[in-house]
Amino acid sequence: MSLIRIQNLARRYVMGTETVHALRGVSVQIERGEYLAIMGPSGSGKSTLMNLLGCLDTPSEGSYELNGKDVARMSDNELADIRNREIGFVFQSFNLLARADALHNVELPLVYAGVPPKERRERARQTLVNVGLGERMHHRPNELSGGQRQRVAIARALVNSPSIILADEPTGNLDSKTGVEILSLFEELSRRGNTIIVVTHEEEVALHARRVIRIRDGLIAADETNPHPRAVVASVSAP
Amino acid sequence: MNLRSELGESARIAVAAIRANKLRSGLTTLGVVIGILTATLVGTMINGMGEAFTRSVSSMGSDVLFIGRFPWMSFEDYRIYRNRRDITFAQYRELESRMTTAAAIAPQCEIHQSSVTYERRRAKGVWLLGNTPESLIIRGLTVAQGRWISASDVSSGRPVCVLGSYLAESFFPNDNPVGKKVRINDTPYEVVGVLDKMGSMLGWNQDNQAVIPISRFQDDIQRRPDYVITVKALSPETVSETLEEARSLFRSIRKIEPGRPDDFAINQQEAITKFFDGFKAVLGSFGFFVTGLSLFVGGIGIMNILFVSVTERTKEIGIRKALGAKRRSILTQFLMEAAGITLLAGLIGVGIAWPISWKIGEIARANGSVFEARMSWWIVALALFVSAATGMVAGFIPAWRASRMNPVDALRSE
Repeated sequence: MSLIRIQNLARRYVMGTETVHALRGVSVQIERGEYLAIMGPSGSGKSTLMNLLGCLDTPSEGSYELNGKDVARMSDNELADIRNREIGFVFQSFNLLARADALHNVELPLVYAGVPPKERRERARQTLVNVGLGERMHHRPNELSGGQRQRVAIARALVNSPSIILADEPTGNLDSKTGVEILSLFEELSRRGNTIIVVTHEEEVALHARRVIRIRDGLIAADETNPHPRAVVASVSAP
Repeated sequence: MNLRSELGESARIAVAAIRANKLRSGLTTLGVVIGILTATLVGTMINGMGEAFTRSVSSMGSDVLFIGRFPWMSFEDYRIYRNRRDITFAQYRELESRMTTAAAIAPQCEIHQSSVTYERRRAKGVWLLGNTPESLIIRGLTVAQGRWISASDVSSGRPVCVLGSYLAESFFPNDNPVGKKVRINDTPYEVVGVLDKMGSMLGWNQDNQAVIPISRFQDDIQRRPDYVITVKALSPETVSETLEEARSLFRSIRKIEPGRPDDFAINQQEAITKFFDGFKAVLGSFGFFVTGLSLFVGGIGIMNILFVSVTERTKEIGIRKALGAKRRSILTQFLMEAAGITLLAGLIGVGIAWPISWKIGEIARANGSVFEARMSWWIVALALFVSAATGMVAGFIPAWRASRMNPVDALRSE
């Protein structure tokens, strides 16, 4: 069974008197463990697709099955639950809570999952160690570098063991060296069996994925497998 | 879903948000602070008045009737009553011999503003009473030291007196008053007893009294005093029967023709109670009005500030929603923030009211104790509850709006 099954997914927005067709009927299947990039220029509908995949938004038409559950017609609260359990978000601008330290930021999904304080602190701590931030747990976002912030965000995405990591331009706000570090972290996560979907407009970033879906004008323009995904490890290894 | 961990998170956010905006939160609390301040002070005053009042009035006993010329707590034309015929000792005698439903009857005469001296000390404004042995039970008094007026004191017109506790303390702070000689209206009297402390109400210090045998009162103070006849019913349940009997007997004793109104009044503790209840109601509704108004204004302020807070933190709401916060979680978060601010306001209000009421109580005591201002724990609890509730009510609309935000739009905002 596919992890994600999307059929004829469409999303329209009404802006004043005009109706914008952001997505015009997209069908995709994504398997567990895939490392996938969704590409497209701005206005192509890739953000809309990401919002729908992330259960932040509901489609105007079509069906969306996530992990066997039909999420297209779910209520607000049910969607909140799905986001909490099935999806880990990584945003371009990190989206960390400025007033909370790294540990508390990572704990948040567990708070909403109802994990008891002691257990959630332990799990958050462990996840931060796993992304290499064991020394920075009590730093606030403004005391961390961009790369470290994105690592905190990735730890937050991972902490509740979601089915999908959904990353929206994860390297967009980082310099290229740090961006490469983050991509290597994704690769590592992918090797360990996580499903990763990266939304990007950078060819460089997409090249690391094993499958690339190109969106144009609200439709899938291409869905291709990348036979030789670029490995980051080599480029990082240089001193 | 673990509600406790969510509540904990909400409380944490609320505290952080209030601390991050100390000045703003502080200013916002003003209205609620004033409201709570008024509420607690008025509540404390009513409470204090109630306590002092209950203590002093209940000593009168609900089963005691006071037959006199003047009705209590009446604000009609004083002259109507002043022109009534005096109540005489002979009328008391006759009533006493004919009453069947009375446990005890005693005549009483009194003057206020009398003066008593002991050596060089002088007490003014003393409430001087002429009593009989029965007056002790009827008036509900208790003797702290020495004894009460005896039957032989009355029959032989012995110059003895019983002092109220305030008077006794001001004359004899260190000595035993019993056996000492004081002068009442320049006549020497021997102190034979001291009454227990009774307290005071609205400026009238009941402990500033002196009691002498009624026969001495007639000899030394007023030859033909205006008597009040005090009647104790057989039991509190049968007061109305006693009252009816006393009324019809006294009409016949005073020879009032049928159809004519009474030219005397039968007073009960109830009259005072009613008057005070009315007074408290006026004070209470004033307090309620001021409190309500300031809480309303304060509430609007809270609502306003919460709208600002929600707008400022739209992004945060989006992030939390993306991570799995439900509507309820967001609603709780902002309600807690609002309740936190107003609870803080409540604490400030109570914190200001506490020393004030303490000071009022102190001033009152220094002036012979008008009433005891006492801030009881339930007033504090109620005030804090009301302030938190104000925050919840005022914060509901902004919090509701925050909870309904669409995560995509919220995340996009900067």
